[in-house]
Amino acid sequence: MADNIDKVKYLIIGNSAGGIGAAEAIREVDKTGSIAIVSDEPYPAYSRPLISKYLAEKCSLERMLYRPADFYEKNNIKALLGRKIARLDVDAHLVEMADGEKLGWQKLLVSTGGLPIIPPTKGIKSEGVFSFLTLDDAKAIDQYLKHASRVVVIGGGLIGVSVTEGLVKRGVDITIIEMKERILNVMLDEEASAMADKAVRKAGVKIVTNHTVAEISGEGGVSSVTLNDGTAIPCDMVVVAIGVVPRVELASGKLKTNRGIVVDRFMATSSPDVYACGDVAEAYDFIYGMNRVTPVWPNAYMGGRVAGFNMAGVSTEYRGGTAMNSLSYFGLDVASAGMVMPLDAGYEVLSARYGNIYRKVLLKDGFVVGMVFVGETEKSGIAYNLMKDQVKVDGFKKALIAREFGLASLPDELWRPRIEAPRREFVPPVAVKEPGEEVAVE
Amino acid sequence: MKRIYVNEQVCMGCHLCEVHCQLKHSQSSDMIKAFKGEDGRPLPRLRIEERKPVFFSLRCQHCDEPACVYACLTGALRKDPQTGIVTVDENKCVGCWTCALVCRFGAVVPDKNHHRMVKCDLCPGEDVPVCVANCPNEALIYAEIEQPSPVKV
Ligand SMILES: Cc1cc2nc3c(=O)[nH]c(=O)nc-3n(C[C@H](O)[C@H](O)[C@H](O)COP(=O)(O)OP(=O)(O)OC[C@H]3O[C@@H](n4cnc5c(N)ncnc54)[C@H](O)[C@@H]3O)c2cc1C
Repeated sequence: MADNIDKVKYLIIGNSAGGIGAAEAIREVDKTGSIAIVSDEPYPAYSRPLISKYLAEKCSLERMLYRPADFYEKNNIKALLGRKIARLDVDAHLVEMADGEKLGWQKLLVSTGGLPIIPPTKGIKSEGVFSFLTLDDAKAIDQYLKHASRVVVIGGGLIGVSVTEGLVKRGVDITIIEMKERILNVMLDEEASAMADKAVRKAGVKIVTNHTVAEISGEGGVSSVTLNDGTAIPCDMVVVAIGVVPRVELASGKLKTNRGIVVDRFMATSSPDVYACGDVAEAYDFIYGMNRVTPVWPNAYMGGRVAGFNMAGVSTEYRGGTAMNSLSYFGLDVASAGMVMPLDAGYEVLSARYGNIYRKVLLKDGFVVGMVFVGETEKSGIAYNLMKDQVKVDGFKKALIAREFGLASLPDELWRPRIEAPRREFVPPVAVKEPGEEVAVE
Repeated sequence: MKRIYVNEQVCMGCHLCEVHCQLKHSQSSDMIKAFKGEDGRPLPRLRIEERKPVFFSLRCQHCDEPACVYACLTGALRKDPQTGIVTVDENKCVGCWTCALVCRFGAVVPDKNHHRMVKCDLCPGEDVPVCVANCPNEALIYAEIEQPSPVKV
């Protein structure tokens, strides 16, 4: 390796939930080792989910910042923003920037997130067609709204609903086109989807389910989309929100990848000294008992945190994450985690409806494996942690969906030791692996 | 750090802790005004859990490994490295309630009027948090009890 190449102790690609999680963990245990974070986005770390707020009310970058403005300086982190990494050489422990500059590293974290899925639909490259993943996407949409008053959103998932929430506040006419039979079909079950559907429609949004967009038409812009059944919907803007794929371009052929970069319980990839987390990674899912891509913010941060400790030499095991979401859009609060629909007859489903409140838990062999809370989500974490701790709930399962569910609904041994004085040591009801030095992080 | 623990055996579920918390966190700090609610009714940052005959008063436990801080989408929640207190920046919180989805205590209090969460701040400026100080039965205890650090360095 040439001598003139800078070498940092820790290099982090991606300046978002995963990257910051890692940097903060590293600084907890290594105050001096050099850290560099690279991102092709030009901004300090911001809250990606807030791009919908930006669209709604152009909230300032300052309000969107995930960490205080002096974060990098205070933590002695070199932030290389607006710089793209074009190539990764794991053997030489080098990366090469798009501008040709090379950077060496001792430990590397790949937290490159995802890229929007862009279908090969005719007209998809027209002016007036956007995706919704970055602040720049939100800015571009904001600018284009000068020319647009009717928007078609392709995809009724998290990102589609999120962009719709932002657009509604701008007073434009919106139609969501969803391929499946209901919106938010990944994170919600039928009943909760129906509640969300109602809330979104109430805001004046049209929803077309069971349809796809076959063509986007227009001269020098968008004038309509044509659905697969031939129906034309006039519009002057299209937002493509059908999903994200792990951004594995740097890793391909160098790190073991499946759908995402495969990591072990220490967030380590197949290559020594290289870690991955967040939307780009396929990490342990404690519900499925296998590696899966779970592209949500909390999992990115936790995966990053675990990776960071391990990069700094503090062996730390990832307890695993699972799909989980809490949203408060269109005046409706929904929280879900794990499996929201039973895979087969081997599951027990408990649910209850109290007016606008809906609650459901999915059990397998007496353990919670999935949950949906709608209308009131403040105590959803109690159920989520029963699921995560793998507590057998047979004895009190009905309480989970009771109107007055709370910590006191659980058997004494599950709450007393945690909040009573003198406080005994917290021991998870089901022991997590405890090999030697390894520790489990919440 | 010092935390608030409960002694459930002697809690009568009188809700005085709630009242004092509400008062402490109301802008006017005036009992009557606080309850008439000129700025929306101030919310207590704790709640009474009950499953008769069990009562206890519950609030944020300022966890050593704060799942809410790690899960927070906006960066509104943070744990002060010096004091250990978990605080929310109410200007940054957007009320997505992701914190609630990961809190094992169910201690997040949603302020639906302002669309943001509020939480126990251990009453900055007070020697003893007001809920503890005003509990008539000593069912609340403010004490430093050693906890094992979940991350070994
Ligand atoms: C509109 C929207 C709403 C959302 N709402 C929620 C929600 O409510 N709750 C929730 O949990 N999650 C939500 N998410 C998902 C959440 O934002 C992601 O799970 C999270 O951002 C993943 O973090 P990450 O660190 O893995 O990657 P990302 O946030 O995707 O960041 C990766 C970064 O790496 C950069 N990068 C990639 N490759 C390179 C390269 N070669 N060189 C330099 N830089 C590179 C990217 O540009 C990007 O800045 C939402 C996402 C969107 C888009």
